[in-house]
Amino acid sequence: MKTLVIYLMAEPETPELARAAVEGGADIVELGFPFSDPLAEGPVIRRASERALARGMRTGACLDVLARTRELIPETPIVPMTYAAILEAYGYARFAADARDRGATSFILVDLPVEEQPALRRIQLVAPTSTDQRIRAACEATDGWLYLVSVTGTTGARTELSPAVPPLVQRVRAVSDMPMYVGFGISTPELARAAGELADGVVVGSRAVEVAENGPDALRSFVASLRAALDT
Amino acid sequence: MTGFGDYGGRYVPETLIPALDELERGWCDALADDSFRAELHDLLTTYAGRPTPLTLAERFAPGRRIYLKREDLLHTGAHKLNNALGQAVLARRLGKRRIVAETGAGQHGVATATVCARFGLECVVYMGEEDMRRQRPNVERMGLLGAEVRPVGFGTKTLKEATSEAIRDWITNVETTHYLIGSCVGPAPYPEIVAELQSVIGREAREQILAVEERLPEAVVACVGGGSNAIGIFHGFLEDEGVRLVGVEAAGAASLGSGRPAVLHGARSSVLADEDGQIEDAHSISAGLDYPGVGPEHAFLRDTGRAEYLTATDEEALAAFQALARSEGLLPALEPAHALARTRDLDAELILVGLSGRGDKDLAEVLERL
Repeated sequence: MKTLVIYLMAEPETPELARAAVEGGADIVELGFPFSDPLAEGPVIRRASERALARGMRTGACLDVLARTRELIPETPIVPMTYAAILEAYGYARFAADARDRGATSFILVDLPVEEQPALRRIQLVAPTSTDQRIRAACEATDGWLYLVSVTGTTGARTELSPAVPPLVQRVRAVSDMPMYVGFGISTPELARAAGELADGVVVGSRAVEVAENGPDALRSFVASLRAALDT
Repeated sequence: MTGFGDYGGRYVPETLIPALDELERGWCDALADDSFRAELHDLLTTYAGRPTPLTLAERFAPGRRIYLKREDLLHTGAHKLNNALGQAVLARRLGKRRIVAETGAGQHGVATATVCARFGLECVVYMGEEDMRRQRPNVERMGLLGAEVRPVGFGTKTLKEATSEAIRDWITNVETTHYLIGSCVGPAPYPEIVAELQSVIGREAREQILAVEERLPEAVVACVGGGSNAIGIFHGFLEDEGVRLVGVEAAGAASLGSGRPAVLHGARSSVLADEDGQIEDAHSISAGLDYPGVGPEHAFLRDTGRAEYLTATDEEALAAFQALARSEGLLPALEPAHALARTRDLDAELILVGLSGRGDKDLAEVLERL
């Protein structure tokens, strides 16, 4: 069974959307806490961040959404994904404690390199540009699974699987048995299947955020189509 | 983490970390290489027009001795070229053929477009649509120099978003591209590189004022947006404890005066941010100062007390702009007009002011406001 991770931006409607994603077959939900200047994001998630902030989704409100999501999907891991700026302001240890208290399983911090804040256990990212030494450090430090950034680039739908994925998967496999899920650019069932053949799972972000704008039913069937592609 | 006290660091996606490591190694190699320094010195003298003179502004400040460090006379009209030349030479050493940059007032964009033309490098400059409107001549200059100016139409449509987009471009094209950042901001080692490349201003000015006055100035004053011209001139006097170092921010963009510790564009510094760490908008008539962040070394110099930071309003800057034009025949850029504004009421007799650029680019904006 390949793991399917779905990213959603934290907004008032997100708990119901997360439940629909799980009903469609999502194994893990990433919950984006918006930041005003998100350097790793392409246009879709950047715009979703701007919209969420305009609706007042500051850290406290995001933690409330996390708690309500936890109530609706009690069995599914929920992973807040955000930027160091948010934790710098809130306090790293305080954020970790409060997020776990509200049901977070772990965290992803897109712009906090592996050597920073080692006390904060989190899911580490590796990229096609990562050196073998950095891949090893990420595997040793990561919390449960490894996030493989499929492209040299920002988030957003791509039309084909990046040629950087197979060699990156190989380099990670050479040093670790850690589960690895491929994200950035995975937008269709076909791409999910292709990435799933190489790695242990996939992360779908920008496209899920777009589909989620059409409500829980649309998201449920989109996630189900990804699920079906991964399972065949 | 590399930095200045609690400030600095590398808050960027993993994709960029190896490139920053490579840049740091390349920079250390270059600094240790006499041929790098010789090539840069040659370019600064035969191409850029260094050394720039000191001008005594007698009619601007009667009864006091106020010297202007004339970076406005540098090729392309501002201090930005010092940094652009140095980083272009560095980029070539790293084998990068494509340059990406951000620009606010357009001075850094023009300097970058200039060095790319000079070295035959591909050049892409990101600029906010609001800045393209108010600094039209610089947009046209970049085009004539062969650079591609990419408008940034979201958020504040100014330097903050232009910088984010330049970094996103760099993330996407990091194998072939050098990010030629224009101020002493961004992830390490950029703040250190830009400060070193701009410190030629302070080294020259110190020698020049000692030659003419046989003593050091009581104060050194410079405007601060990201803070590159200020850090460059301050670096000449950091060890001279009796010399006051005074930075002047735009009142509506006072990252040091009213900011808090926060993370923006890859570094921890003093930033206009709310209590949740979200970046707030800056406002200034001067596009070059219209930025909610500042170089981490300035935050460090503020906290240690070595430098002090004041503010000037749009109106004060405009008044100083007019005063310098009428009294000295110099049209300053709106950015150093902020430094000139605070110089007028600073309690000191012998002052060095960084005249970081000339005002041609600002004529439309100034004429509209006067």
